[in-house]
Amino acid sequence: MKLFSAFCLGLALMVPVSAMAAGDAETPPKQQWHFSGPLGTYDRAALQRGFQVYRQVCSACHSMKLLSYRNLEDLGYSEAQVKAIAGEYTVTDGPNDEGEMFDRPALPSDRFVSPYPNDAAAKYANNGALPPDMSLLAKARKNGPDYIYAVLTGYEEPHGDTHLLPGQHYNKYMAGHVIAMAPPLSDGLVAYEDGSSTTVDQYSRDVSEFLMWAAEPKMEARKQTGVKAILFLLAFFGIMYAVKKKLWAGLH
Amino acid sequence: MGSGNRQPFDNPVIEWVDSRLPVFTLMNKEYGVFPTPKNFNYFWNFGAIAMVMLILMLVTGITLAMHYAAHTDVAFSSVERIMRDVNFGWLIRYMHMNGASFFFIAVYIHIFRGLYYGSYKQPRELLWMLGVLILLLMMATAFMGYVLPWGQMSFWGATVITNLFSALPVVGPGIVEWLWGGFAVDNPTLNRFFSLHYLLPFVIFAVVFLHVWALHVTGSNNPSGIEPNGPQDTIPFHPYYTMKDTAGLLLFLLIYCIFTFFMPNALGHPDNYIEANPLVTPAHIVPEWYFLPYYAILRAVTFDTNLFLLIGLVCAAYLVAVNLWFTKKPENCPVATTFKIPVLQDIPMKALEPLMAAGAVLFLGIGGMIAFMPDMGMAKMMDAAAPVLVEAKLGGVLAMFGSIAMLFVLPFIDRHPYRSAVFRPWFKVAVLLLTIDFFVLTYVGGKPAEGLYVLVAQAATAYYFAFFLVIIPFLNKFEPRVPLPPSIHQYVLDKKAKKKQKSDDYMNALKPEAAE
Amino acid sequence: MSMDEDTKDGGSRRDFLYLTAAAFGAVGTGSVAWPFIHQMNPAADTKALSTIEVDLAPIEQGQAITVMWQGKPVFIRHRTAKEIEEARTVDVSSLRDSQTDEERVEKPEWLIMVGVCTHLGCIPLGQKTGDVKGDYDGWFCPCHGSHYDSSGRIRKGPAPKNLPVPPYAFVSDTKIKIG
Repeated sequence: MKLFSAFCLGLALMVPVSAMAAGDAETPPKQQWHFSGPLGTYDRAALQRGFQVYRQVCSACHSMKLLSYRNLEDLGYSEAQVKAIAGEYTVTDGPNDEGEMFDRPALPSDRFVSPYPNDAAAKYANNGALPPDMSLLAKARKNGPDYIYAVLTGYEEPHGDTHLLPGQHYNKYMAGHVIAMAPPLSDGLVAYEDGSSTTVDQYSRDVSEFLMWAAEPKMEARKQTGVKAILFLLAFFGIMYAVKKKLWAGLH
Repeated sequence: MGSGNRQPFDNPVIEWVDSRLPVFTLMNKEYGVFPTPKNFNYFWNFGAIAMVMLILMLVTGITLAMHYAAHTDVAFSSVERIMRDVNFGWLIRYMHMNGASFFFIAVYIHIFRGLYYGSYKQPRELLWMLGVLILLLMMATAFMGYVLPWGQMSFWGATVITNLFSALPVVGPGIVEWLWGGFAVDNPTLNRFFSLHYLLPFVIFAVVFLHVWALHVTGSNNPSGIEPNGPQDTIPFHPYYTMKDTAGLLLFLLIYCIFTFFMPNALGHPDNYIEANPLVTPAHIVPEWYFLPYYAILRAVTFDTNLFLLIGLVCAAYLVAVNLWFTKKPENCPVATTFKIPVLQDIPMKALEPLMAAGAVLFLGIGGMIAFMPDMGMAKMMDAAAPVLVEAKLGGVLAMFGSIAMLFVLPFIDRHPYRSAVFRPWFKVAVLLLTIDFFVLTYVGGKPAEGLYVLVAQAATAYYFAFFLVIIPFLNKFEPRVPLPPSIHQYVLDKKAKKKQKSDDYMNALKPEAAE
Repeated sequence: MSMDEDTKDGGSRRDFLYLTAAAFGAVGTGSVAWPFIHQMNPAADTKALSTIEVDLAPIEQGQAITVMWQGKPVFIRHRTAKEIEEARTVDVSSLRDSQTDEERVEKPEWLIMVGVCTHLGCIPLGQKTGDVKGDYDGWFCPCHGSHYDSSGRIRKGPAPKNLPVPPYAFVSDTKIKIG
């Protein structure tokens, strides 16, 4: 039994260590999120504010191709509100009966409208740097939301011998400390309606939470199901262990 | 599977079926009354656990295939549709993703069990080899499955691994294009990987069936490594082991659920949430954690094997072979005798040994210097005289496949009459070191191939091969044979007595203190 | 299957344990099965397309259009006074699937129904001006010869039911939402 526990312990220690193999830039500090922990949920108000920041700032360059307007109902918007939000965007549909493509207001079932028609156009408009799609950004980076928050608040004057080309900026948390994106946020840039502070820090927190939701919209259902599954398995294991003990007690 | 001496069942429906097709008799014989050693520890749960994980992977995989689209244009977004829109799609996909890891965990523990307790030895060699075949098939399946989401790691993992075959001389490039169905990893590759990823699990299932069949011919090994020789040594499989396996399984599933529900991406790589882009390679390409040991072995061969190095290795192998591999030292050169080479036939082994030892030292020294320190003056001079025979790339591939081949031939290398490490104190140390070695390889496999990591990987790789080729033959010859208990029953009684003695001693030691 | 180690009250406690274990096993299997069954039901994106809006303004009297809704054709017909008249003068009790025309329309001039024959799922003819309209000035299914009238009710042939009316509502005078 000693051997067995030692073996399992070794395995348990090894797996996370080996999983965290890659990465080199400065590690973003760990943040306390509303969704952290095994019971964490998304803060709907923060999600709505984060969406507002995305809509008014980020969406000028960053697409979110995997999301549909209907998904915004998760943020606490009503069906009518979602319809109104979608209606502010224009999508190209068609061909119609005459074979022509035509523009129409977006519907809740439509995907988020991208700022550029394609990646080449996006690159061309941004000095050759492609602004990444944000649908999965919070899962596509190590320490996702912590990282996004850190980058948004990590702009500084160039340190040491970092040489910046025109159109490049210094950021503590980027690999090589160089980022093509100019500091996107400034205090007071987005007017919040719920009285939250309108600072870069608050914007960054809200948009990070929003992006986490965008990447993992089923997180709440996942954790809730998980708690039930774990409790069930614990109880079932307890019973089966008792059954086993009872059964084996008769052996000699 | 004849029905010769069938016992009738009470239930008329079961009896009706069984008298025509004796499936119930078979199940009862193989999983009901099947006599099983009574001293299994919890390591013996992992066969059943692996079986459950295989079924879980099949069920989740078949359901995922109902929604997945194997085309480079839509593969990535179809997986995201599963995660976002399909009812419980997120659950099924995370179960499948983490299920792969936990299937490997279960199988690795199962393999460790087989190694430690000598389950691979006569008469279970074929059983063991079928198991290694299952491991190989699992590796192929897992590799192709990882390509399907068509993320950055999928694409670049597929590119790197398929490119390994280009190391083969002459046929290599042709094989790689054949694998790809094009000139790079692309849509045809994705399509065939999906097809094979769906097919191979059923092949695995078939081999598992053979594996279990072979197990039921020889019966199970047990922690003592002593064959049961009477009813006092065994208990019926049901209910004793069905219940014990279920309890162990639930605990395993509990840990699996913690990952699936609370850290589903902890074992994956963030880059795989970026859609594949053939123009941008991620900074570090790392395979899934369960491939890291082999990946480390692959990358440990950083040097070209030149003529001198090879001659040196052959000399060293000669010494090992003559002194360790052959249980009885041959009088004359075995190769010369076999092939009837008249001149060499008369040279006694003994006389050759000093020559070979000198050759090993000399050629390994020079060859090693050329291979490892190519910039040194001496090495540069000798370079011309020692052509490269095996380039580093091919060497790495050979070493990687060789590491699995070692497992295949293990039953024929290890000729020590005892199975279990419990009665083999030296082997116990060696096999535990091998386990640590495996962890070390896993660790360095996930690190960039530079500096100290390379040296550690090389040392760990050397131990891995030395375990099979040098240590085990050495133990065959020199490991002392302590007396074995006469039966499993006696072994269990001895163990209990020892445990009781220990706790009594402990209580006695406590007593005077308690009195004060 | 044989457990001979038994004590007086140990036996009943053991039975209780076994029963609880079996119950947990059953519940566990059941709850694991549900996600695997439910995943085959329509997904969220499919359901999001389950309602559509149709602009009726361009459809002249006597004309019909076909729109796709939930993967099926929906017939929208701007009926003439004659067609409405025909549909409303029928003796309802003589019909195989008795339904009044009033039950089948919101506004008499707009007939909206799913254009899938209730016999075996073919698409009846009668939408285009040149089509065969059957014996009752409505639709005719070419597969097995079912005749539907100008209210889409089955009049002759093997089909058992009238063409079904989908759930719809007028969101404005000239716009409807189906689904």
